[in-house]
Amino acid sequence: MQTTETYNDYIVRLFLLAAAVWGIVGMSIGVLVAAQMAWPALNFDISWLTFSRLRPNHTFGVIFAFGGSALMGTCYYVVQRTGHTRLALPRLANFTFWGWQLACFLAMATMPFGITQSKEYAEPEWPIDILIAVVWVSFGAVFFATLARRRIRHIYVANWYYGAFIIAVALLHIVNNLVLPVSLTKSYPIYSGVVDAMVQWWYGHNAVAFFLTAGFLGMMYYFVPRQAEQPLWSYRFSIVNFWALISVYMWAGSHHLIYTALPDWVQSVGTVFSLVLLMPSWGSAANGLLTFNGSWHKLRTDPAAKFMVISLVFYGASTFEGSMMAVKSVNELSHYTDWTIAHVHSGSIGWVAMITIGSLYAMAPRALGQPQMYSRNGMELHFWLHVIGLLLYVIAMWAAGVTEGVMWRATDANGALIYPFINSLLAVKPLYVIRFGGGLMIVAGMVVMAWNLWHTAADARKNLITPIPVPIPEPEAQQMPPPLSAAR
Amino acid sequence: MASGYRYFETVEKHAGLLGIGIAIMVSLGGLAEITPLFIRAQQMAPPANVKPYDALRLAGKDIYVREGCYLCHSQMIRALVAETERYGHYSVAEESMYDRPHQWGSKRTGPDLARVGGKYSDDWQRQHLINPRKTELESNMPGYPWLAKEALDPSDILARMRTLRRLGDPYTDADLAAAPAALEGKTALDALVAYLQGLGTTLSANGTLPDAMLDPSALEPAP
Ligand code: HEC
Ligand code: HEM
Ligand code: HEM
Repeated sequence: MQTTETYNDYIVRLFLLAAAVWGIVGMSIGVLVAAQMAWPALNFDISWLTFSRLRPNHTFGVIFAFGGSALMGTCYYVVQRTGHTRLALPRLANFTFWGWQLACFLAMATMPFGITQSKEYAEPEWPIDILIAVVWVSFGAVFFATLARRRIRHIYVANWYYGAFIIAVALLHIVNNLVLPVSLTKSYPIYSGVVDAMVQWWYGHNAVAFFLTAGFLGMMYYFVPRQAEQPLWSYRFSIVNFWALISVYMWAGSHHLIYTALPDWVQSVGTVFSLVLLMPSWGSAANGLLTFNGSWHKLRTDPAAKFMVISLVFYGASTFEGSMMAVKSVNELSHYTDWTIAHVHSGSIGWVAMITIGSLYAMAPRALGQPQMYSRNGMELHFWLHVIGLLLYVIAMWAAGVTEGVMWRATDANGALIYPFINSLLAVKPLYVIRFGGGLMIVAGMVVMAWNLWHTAADARKNLITPIPVPIPEPEAQQMPPPLSAAR
Repeated sequence: MASGYRYFETVEKHAGLLGIGIAIMVSLGGLAEITPLFIRAQQMAPPANVKPYDALRLAGKDIYVREGCYLCHSQMIRALVAETERYGHYSVAEESMYDRPHQWGSKRTGPDLARVGGKYSDDWQRQHLINPRKTELESNMPGYPWLAKEALDPSDILARMRTLRRLGDPYTDADLAAAPAALEGKTALDALVAYLQGLGTTLSANGTLPDAMLDPSALEPAP
């Protein structure tokens, strides 16, 4: 048996570094905008430091720069491990790294200066969108080319989710960003009004579905069984959930536009599919949690496993909440309020960030040639900072959202509104301060993680680690691409 | 297990089939929901009183978009009594038919602006935009003092209106010819205020929407 083929973990390490850095950047901007909502003087009357110019930098920074880097890095790691093969097209893979970092950097550097399409979650202007599209197609090429030369015939389920993530995001990105340029820095969308709103939320909701859910489920399906040291609770169940999830999600976008000028039938379709969506969502959450059966003792010893378990709990909770918010009578209260913000962050800080952090802690030592992370206490500290910060954030925003919803519609016996708008803002301001405190703790935790990773990477920085050989399975007629040499 | 599963296994072993299957499943929902809207919008004859933005308001709208006001302000009054009481008649589709991108928003850190036009004087709007705490001590809206110092570029507006015309907005040659002059000597603040003062003014003078624009669906009573 030849053993010259090794895993390409170099590219994985690059993405790991990028994820750690962007995580701190994106969340720090989140803390700044949170502070500005409590203390508007922090806008300093400087245009590019103003809340409304910076908020897109927060969302783009955490979703695409932090989340995107983590997803691409783990995807490259997982597709090699589950296929017993080295990454195909290494040059193109390097391009996906530098291209993605360039796109993120350009986006973050232009948006505060007013160069923006102002489409939520798709703010960068068209030249950056083209770069993103090129990088994305290359990412897909590397992924599918690696799948094509796998040595295990069966495609492991994590790759299904990564594959859906890649295909759907390409589709969403291109359709949503069709514009006619005026100049290099300004363009108008080809859609207007109602159609633009529907396209926007078809995109926005499915950015949630395929970026913030399907991709991270791919991560979950590989790293949870790995960390629990158990087989997936039910493989077949995960496949059923897969097809249900990807087909149902695409129909649910209109739940962002309930009671608006969107035609009623589209709103109702969104509500119905949002309720159905609860099933595959909870299916995946349950599958992940039950995989820990027999390994629950790990929660006492392994902080990475703790991150994963809590992330799955929050995945279950935020999808339940989302389905409820898609019901007209609940949305009537919750829409436009901080309840949406609570839902967003229980999904993103609870589910997305925690499954990422857990997976990074599981993957980093392996990719960095170490038996474990440098400091277990550091991981433990990160866990508690993150969870307490998360709870402060989410509970404060739930309280704020319900307060606003109730005050906005409170009427006296004559049917007249009781509260002027400003009263609801006054009522929630203390809660904005609590949210700011929670955010600070979360960022502190991210800094601890970066410190921990830095020390874990000491050998890798000095080039002291050796690449890990690919365990090449016994030859079988259809599954023997010849080994790739590391040099290619 | 059921024998049907065997066919499924084929998909699990072929990356190409898997990719095609995914592409089909993820396309259905969007096609079903967006295509009918798109066709309807193509066929929709604009009501006589809904006109594309004049040059100054267009410049103002683009400032509104650039500054990200939509992150705190919605422009979509829902068909609910509590909303119509506070903000006026609920929004209808035609009112935003020239908005690229739409400005409906999803978060109300500040009040809805769909019908703020004419609610305050131009002076109030200026003061408020430069320093919101002048008019409302507890506001957390940022100040936008730089807008008052930013001169508008009369040649740029032509390029913008031409682009919009290419996308189908009915600007006439006369509109284009008059555009640069309308911006002469104006600041970004002037334009933004003009835009804000126009919001929701397609309502006819007596405060109701023209009948043709009314949606037949009744208002939901407040619970
Ligand atoms: C941080 C969120 C925030 C941002 C960003 C923001 N606003 Fe506001 N806005 C508010 C709040 C809160 C109020 C209510 C208190 C007040 O009058 O200042 C308000 C009030 C207003 C009002 C008065 C509405 C009424 O009916 O009384 C107008 C007009 C307005 N904003 C315009 C704008 C424009 C234009 C921009 C963008 C340049 C903008 N706002 C950006 C939060 C925001
Ligand atoms: C340190 C932690 C964080 C803090 C303090 C923070 C803070 C904020 C603030 C203040 C807003 C604006 C809310 C508003 O306009 O009312 C916001 C919006 C948002 N944040 Fe965060 N955030 C954090 C982490 C994250 C993470 C990790 C993600 C995703 C992976 C995320 C995704 C989003 C999204 C999608 C929005 C837009 C929500 C909407 O428009 O409804 N945030 N965040
Ligand atoms: C079954 C799954 C889910 C359903 C049915 C669902 C449903 C909803 C609904 C109804 C809204 C409110 C729209 C509004 O009133 O404006 C919403 C907002 C949002 N949700 Fe979810 N949700 C689900 C899961 C998630 C998850 C897991 C995440 C994140 C990681 C997430 C992220 C968001 C974001 C970012 C928004 C705010 C969009 C905006 O207004 O800017 N959702 N969701």
